[in-house]
Amino acid sequence: MPPTENTPAIEFKDVEKRFGTTTVLKNLNFTISPGERVTLIGPSGSGKTTILRLIMTLEELTGGYIFIDGQPLTHTERNGKRVELPSKTTRAMTTRIGMVFQQFNLFPNMTVLENIIEAPIHVLKKSKDQAVSDARELLAKVGLAEKADEHPSRLSGGQQQRVAIARALAMSPEILLLDEVTSALDPELVGDVLSVLRTIAETTDITMLLVTHEMQFAREVSDRVMMFDGGQVLEEGPPSQIFSSPRHDRTRSFLSSVQ
Amino acid sequence: MIWNWEFAAEALPLLLRGFGNTLIATVAGTVIAAILGLVIAVAIRGLPRSVNWIVRLLQAFIRNTPLVVQLLFIYYLFAGIPGLVDVPALVIGIIVIGVHYATYMSESYRAGIDAVPQGQREAAIALSLPPVRTFRDVILPQALRATIPSLGNYAVAMFKDTPFLFAISVIELVTTAQQFGAAKFAYTEAFTLAGLIFLAASYPTSLLIQRLERRLATY
Ligand SMILES: Nc1ncnc2c1ncn2[C@@H]1O[C@H](COP(=O)(O)OP(=O)(O)OP(=O)(O)O)[C@@H](O)[C@H]1O
Ligand SMILES: [Mg+2]
Repeated sequence: MPPTENTPAIEFKDVEKRFGTTTVLKNLNFTISPGERVTLIGPSGSGKTTILRLIMTLEELTGGYIFIDGQPLTHTERNGKRVELPSKTTRAMTTRIGMVFQQFNLFPNMTVLENIIEAPIHVLKKSKDQAVSDARELLAKVGLAEKADEHPSRLSGGQQQRVAIARALAMSPEILLLDEVTSALDPELVGDVLSVLRTIAETTDITMLLVTHEMQFAREVSDRVMMFDGGQVLEEGPPSQIFSSPRHDRTRSFLSSVQ
Repeated sequence: MIWNWEFAAEALPLLLRGFGNTLIATVAGTVIAAILGLVIAVAIRGLPRSVNWIVRLLQAFIRNTPLVVQLLFIYYLFAGIPGLVDVPALVIGIIVIGVHYATYMSESYRAGIDAVPQGQREAAIALSLPPVRTFRDVILPQALRATIPSLGNYAVAMFKDTPFLFAISVIELVTTAQQFGAAKFAYTEAFTLAGLIFLAASYPTSLLIQRLERRLATY
């Protein structure tokens, strides 16, 4: 199906996720529109991280389908049967998706610049010169132009996370997944990272799916907030509504527990 | 007095010549072991379960039989194959020692590879890096930092195992000492010097490995 204006950037169809015998997600259906900024909230263990990891193909999808721009990500239906796609096909799809992790996960054996140019050179097949000049531009955007030749271990957590954001952006993703990207940071370093994310939200049309405990930030940048509980969408709506007048008691008690 | 300086002076150049073979065996053996060890480690991880048990079995077999038995076995095996009769004993020795230590080094590589945090592989997947590229640029360089000191320690152990080459009549340091000792009845001089030569080579190497270990510990 060719993407049209109505084709969702992300679609979950009857998604099921089991870890061994524990079912974490069951019959999960939702769509995210292109350019939409969606915040996932919910109590610990409600499946937020699992959802992001399924989209990034870091977890095996045990049931159902995920579509990116209308195209199947890991599994498709053929002759009424659910079949897994070849890993190359899936990898071609994931080039449209970027992820930033709570623990940064920069490559310690590479400099900051090398971290950023690795995938553009080897996956997007950019020339080295092009990749380097794009990387320097991104580093300037996240305020770390002078750190290009440092190794990550010499940077603060906040700086490392900004490098990780630049590294994800260097792949020009259509979709950016952010899983509690400020949770591992000292409080005084959170602001810099959030302001970088705010700039991305304001200056690009990247579809963003984020999990965060920074409710003020979520309120500012998101178009929609989805409250998860027990692997299901309990309720969803614009941040103003979810944060000020949630319909469910569980949402209310969750919100009061994080604020 | 039991120590004769004249004999010692006479023995030294001969011993150093024998030491040449010891060094050649150690260096060439280390190169083989380091490369083959990596190949084994990658094979065990990368091959499907249906075949990788064969590699594991061979590995366990080699690790659990004495080096000297392996040397003799291969030496006489080669001696029995018409085209291979003329392969020099030193070459056979190097190959056997190299393969023997490869089975140990492969475990070090495997530990090094396993010690790379899962988050590194996940970051590579998030960047859509293909598996081979991920291994080459992300996993292996980090694994090597953890592995190199232990490879060095195995190289020193291999160095100390080279006297076993005596079993297949390679004239190395200890054999030379033995022959000199027998000819002049000067075992004390010959073996003392042989021991000192070993010490002079392996002790600084151990120190070097320790320093390397400290330097590699941080980026
Ligand atoms: N690798 C795993 N093996 C087994 N169970 C897992 C695994 N990963 C997650 N789970 C389980 O899946 C459920 C959902 O976990 P998930 O990490 O998605 O929750 P979360 O909403 O992100 O929670 P938090 O707010 O604490 O980050 C939890 O019950 C968790 O124990
Ligand atoms: Mg989580």
